[in-house]
Amino acid sequence: MMTLADVHVGDALPRRAHTASNVSLFLYNAAVWNPHRIHYDEAYTTGVEHHPQIVIDGPLQGDWLSQCALNWVGDSARLTSFSYSNRKAAYLGETLTTSGTVTAVDIDNGRVTIELFVENANGEVTTPGVAVLQFS
Amino acid sequence: MKKLLTDEHRAWIGQAEPPVTVEVSRRDIIKYSIATEQTQRKYLVGDEAPPMFVFNLFGPMAELTDLRSDGLPKGQGRGPRLPLQRVMAGGTEIHLHRPIRPGDRLVATRSITDMFEKQGSTGPLIFTVRTLIVTNEANEPVLDEIQTSINR
Repeated sequence: MMTLADVHVGDALPRRAHTASNVSLFLYNAAVWNPHRIHYDEAYTTGVEHHPQIVIDGPLQGDWLSQCALNWVGDSARLTSFSYSNRKAAYLGETLTTSGTVTAVDIDNGRVTIELFVENANGEVTTPGVAVLQFS
Repeated sequence: MKKLLTDEHRAWIGQAEPPVTVEVSRRDIIKYSIATEQTQRKYLVGDEAPPMFVFNLFGPMAELTDLRSDGLPKGQGRGPRLPLQRVMAGGTEIHLHRPIRPGDRLVATRSITDMFEKQGSTGPLIFTVRTLIVTNEANEPVLDEIQTSINR
């Protein structure tokens, strides 16, 4: 188990790569009941909405960001607040990587703040985020 | 820049939709956990829902005849018809008060809390901000969320 004493400002969270597939995007959009065609209909997405490829869901990238924090801390703390912003579209075929850095450790209140990001293969951040973890 | 949002659009700000009740099933948690590549066992076996499980959990269940050509529902209860129709997720801020587990009956109330315009690199954008407040049947807070969608 991780303790608050183990956490320091500047600590880097493990990097994890995600490469969405047609199947994984289908399953995600079915699971969240999202019928938006830009996530599964290539002809519509490129021909009508003029994206270069099927769009990887912004909230899916948000979930990956939350996992970055949760998998790092395990059951040592709980996620109490989390935010992300979809800044740049990501497309089927891209490999996206999540990671983050501890930016604040509040010893008195048992809280750790992490700045998170999803980046593409060019190192461009598609989705920045912030997580606050509460240690017991 | 020509204004796209009218007083009629802005009149939606502050209006709450009727509460929506959802019973959470273990199977739905497992489906979500597999699709999002969760690695923690408590999520993969459905003992607890990952925090982002609530995305669209309280969204409309429109019949096929009530879907637009882009696949999205025709907007029942979700706000005004906007002059820009292509929509994308913009981001989320969520505050979590207690975990969601199978069998929970959740009650969600959603309202539009802001609408504004910006000029993007490819043209005008309309931002719609919705606040979602979720409680359990005991009226205990489960989470509150601020979601932004972008029409372009």
